[in-house]
Amino acid sequence: MRELGRLERFLRTDPRDVGCDEAIAVLHIYVDLVTAGEDAAGRYPGVAAHLLACGPCSEDFTGLVQAVTNG
Amino acid sequence: MPAEDLDEESSVWLRRLGAGGGERQAAERELHARLVRIALAEVRRRSASTPVAGPELDDVAHQAADDAMLAILAKLGDFRGESRFITWVYRFVILEVSSKLGRHYWRNPPVWLDAAQWERLPDRLGIDPARHAEVAGILAEVRRAVDSELTMHQRRLFVAIVVDGIPLDALAAELGLRRNAIYKVIFDARRKIRRALVANGYLEEPGVER
Repeated sequence: MRELGRLERFLRTDPRDVGCDEAIAVLHIYVDLVTAGEDAAGRYPGVAAHLLACGPCSEDFTGLVQAVTNG
Repeated sequence: MPAEDLDEESSVWLRRLGAGGGERQAAERELHARLVRIALAEVRRRSASTPVAGPELDDVAHQAADDAMLAILAKLGDFRGESRFITWVYRFVILEVSSKLGRHYWRNPPVWLDAAQWERLPDRLGIDPARHAEVAGILAEVRRAVDSELTMHQRRLFVAIVVDGIPLDALAAELGLRRNAIYKVIFDARRKIRRALVANGYLEEPGVER
């Protein structure tokens, strides 16, 4: 059922997910790769998995991308 | 990292901040001004998702910039050149904004924070109101799993974050926990609930669980 898609995605967990601490520790490196057009997710799959699942860290990622892009 | 391996902009920042007297002071003023600008832009970007507003939002930005500046100067020696210096620097102020918005959330929390908001869960999950009746069964199963499968600690945090919609950083500030500690609890709760839904035939596949 399409309405359950978000629930299903929310409940799905990815074992590669490194958690907030590890993701934040390399966020500056990850953002530099992303903004340079390089394969950040390929180099840091656990960070990519985490950013897909964690709203606060995803917000920090977006904010940092915008800061280095527009700042 | 040897200075010659850094990009030009990063090298200049490190040289100026490592200098003495007026050159260092000028670099610090310039860096602080940048942090303030980034913090103000960031709180405005996040303004729709926080109850903090108006002058308080600008105060959060200035406090975040000030605290980020202190942390950056204290940790200059930790910069290893794995990213551009300015990206490393901006990470401090972005994280300060997150943390401070979490703490300021409790100064003016939404008025509905007086009971678990299970009836709001379909909206939080983005389910079309016209289809709420169709998903009532699985949502009841989610609630059953929350009540019966989770530990008290998991249930408390899951209800606060997912059902009541309290921002994770705000809950972390309230409980004195790290963001990562709460995320791990919610991660385990999600896995338990999913297993229960699969076991009872509400979801068909095990997904990417370990």
